[in-house]
Amino acid sequence: MNQGDAVGTPSYDTIKNDPQFQELVAKRSRFAWTLTVTMLLIYFGFVFVIAFAPSVLAIRLGSGVTTIGIPIGLAVIVSAFLLTGIYVRRANSEFDADTQDIAGRQK
Amino acid sequence: MRTVRKTTTATVLSALALGAALGLVDTAQAAGAIEGGGKQALNLEAILMFFAFVAATLGITWWAARRTRSAADFYAAGGGITAGQNGLAIAGDYMSAASFLGISGLVFATGFDGLIYSVGWLVGWPIILFLIAERLRNLGKYTFADVVSFRLEQTRIRSLSAIGTLTVVAFYLIAQMVGAGKLIELLFGLPYLYAVILVGALMIIYVAFGGMVATTWVQIIKACLLLGGATFMALMVLIKFGFSPEALFARAVEIHPKGGSIMAPGNLVTDPVSAVSLGLALMFGTAGLPHILMRFFTVADAKAARKSVFYATGFIGYFYILTFIIGFGAITLLMNDPEFYKVGADGAYNKVTALLGGTNMAAIHLSNAVGGPLFLGFISAVAFATILAVVAGLTLAGASAVSHDLYASVIALGRVSEDREVRVSKISAVVIGIVAIVLGYIFENQNVAFMVGLAFAVAASCNFPVLLMSVMWGGTTTLGVLIGGFLGLVSSVALVVLSPAVWVKTFGFATAPFPYDNPALFSMTIAFVGIWLVSKLDRSARAKIDTAAYEAQYVRSETGIGATKAVAH
Repeated sequence: MNQGDAVGTPSYDTIKNDPQFQELVAKRSRFAWTLTVTMLLIYFGFVFVIAFAPSVLAIRLGSGVTTIGIPIGLAVIVSAFLLTGIYVRRANSEFDADTQDIAGRQK
Repeated sequence: MRTVRKTTTATVLSALALGAALGLVDTAQAAGAIEGGGKQALNLEAILMFFAFVAATLGITWWAARRTRSAADFYAAGGGITAGQNGLAIAGDYMSAASFLGISGLVFATGFDGLIYSVGWLVGWPIILFLIAERLRNLGKYTFADVVSFRLEQTRIRSLSAIGTLTVVAFYLIAQMVGAGKLIELLFGLPYLYAVILVGALMIIYVAFGGMVATTWVQIIKACLLLGGATFMALMVLIKFGFSPEALFARAVEIHPKGGSIMAPGNLVTDPVSAVSLGLALMFGTAGLPHILMRFFTVADAKAARKSVFYATGFIGYFYILTFIIGFGAITLLMNDPEFYKVGADGAYNKVTALLGGTNMAAIHLSNAVGGPLFLGFISAVAFATILAVVAGLTLAGASAVSHDLYASVIALGRVSEDREVRVSKISAVVIGIVAIVLGYIFENQNVAFMVGLAFAVAASCNFPVLLMSVMWGGTTTLGVLIGGFLGLVSSVALVVLSPAVWVKTFGFATAPFPYDNPALFSMTIAFVGIWLVSKLDRSARAKIDTAAYEAQYVRSETGIGATKAVAH
């Protein structure tokens, strides 16, 4: 079913050798992996602080009862949202424009 | 009898608090925290609002059934769901009653520790976006097995993926059914068996008649109700403290028996191996849940798939922040009010463990405290709707694995009409629903706390490695995926059985052969190394076909050229 979509089967060889395709794949994969590693570092950083140095998160902010752990925990949540936003912003403009160029040459 | 029933309710509601399920909660404490349940008096407002929800969703199912003509409509809503709708539906598929009641209950009982769970539950989403979402959309049609078997041998790969899907669905579904039965019993005063049958019947109707269109809209409505209700509760809490989190926390610290320690990590995370293993299961398990992966085929293209993850991450993250406020609100507004507690003869009560219905009822009681009986009814109905939306998604994923992967490709070897395939899917949905009711009944008095953890572990150790390796590495062969994926599946299940959560707490042996409650660190490694090693050593004729076909798959996965387009209605 998948391989059999014969209608207008594109030439994968020409696309693969298209310099713009190679450039797109290289920069997108660099970008995606950078963001992935960033997310992993943020999350596992948080987990390791909890496992090894929980007292760090118990430090109070100013004279109140709020600890530094609260804004840090919220920041991890917000960072997940921001990182997806950063990826989508670039992918839906720059990467998609490149993809359209590449696909356009196949017609 | 009564006491037994109460304790079971307690145990299973603690199962809902996935915390215990994933083994890092101090279980003694968690179990203790749920003691002292009891049926709620017949709640008329809740029942009326619940019936309004059911009537609305059945209306949508009727409408959806008339629009569902082709297989693409049934499995993927014709690819006609917008990014915003899909973002809400993903959130509705993912935010279970466990997240809502369990995490707010965990915050109520332990404060900061609840936040650790929310964070773990969220961070899988960016990973899905960066590594999986668009490749999935570009390569697949209805199930993630489409993607894995794109260039690999159909029969064997689809069998493996279907087994992976059905295993995850089964464990997840049992936990949800038992939790639903207990929750409804508690909220509406309906007997357990009737509650389980009601949930099973509704999910069969949604899926068998309305397919993906009805399932999607049930999830969207549920997400809106849940987000709306939680927002209102959090606002009511914040208003009482002049929108000052510091004032809220200060009052909570003053009232909570644990005092200032609720503002810092407690003993949720015990050792680094457990911590990492749990983190991996949460992150990559999310990326291997079949009912979640299926949602990416409901949108028109990769652009919409990406956007829907962005929206979903926003909704889910926002929701977890709300549950944190709700948990703290429950501390400040419930703990000094004996009305919400099982009070001893001397008038004294434990502020955490004696909460009526257990700590997982914190959000439900809070809705009463901030909005009166009408709002209590609303939130109870929302909790029920939440379960329905999740089980409908699971049932659809299971039914699709049976019809699209097992029946159409493995049994009928592709020689089957669309109509017939969809009919098989509908029959499968009915069968899965009935099996779920029976299992829900059988497991009523069992400890199902480990099952959601097991579902995530299997998803992370079988579905995710198989999917990632087949799209990312050209050297992956059929045999490699087959053996690696199978090892991941078997090792994750076996290690959970040998872990303290099952070996000691369920079977009653003295010590567990495997010391950690979560196997993901080990079983994921086994799966990835297995796929890599076997593929490397694979000298079969099929291996040459597999690796030669990677180029075409690679170009399509990166560009979407040749991908399935949306169906116009």
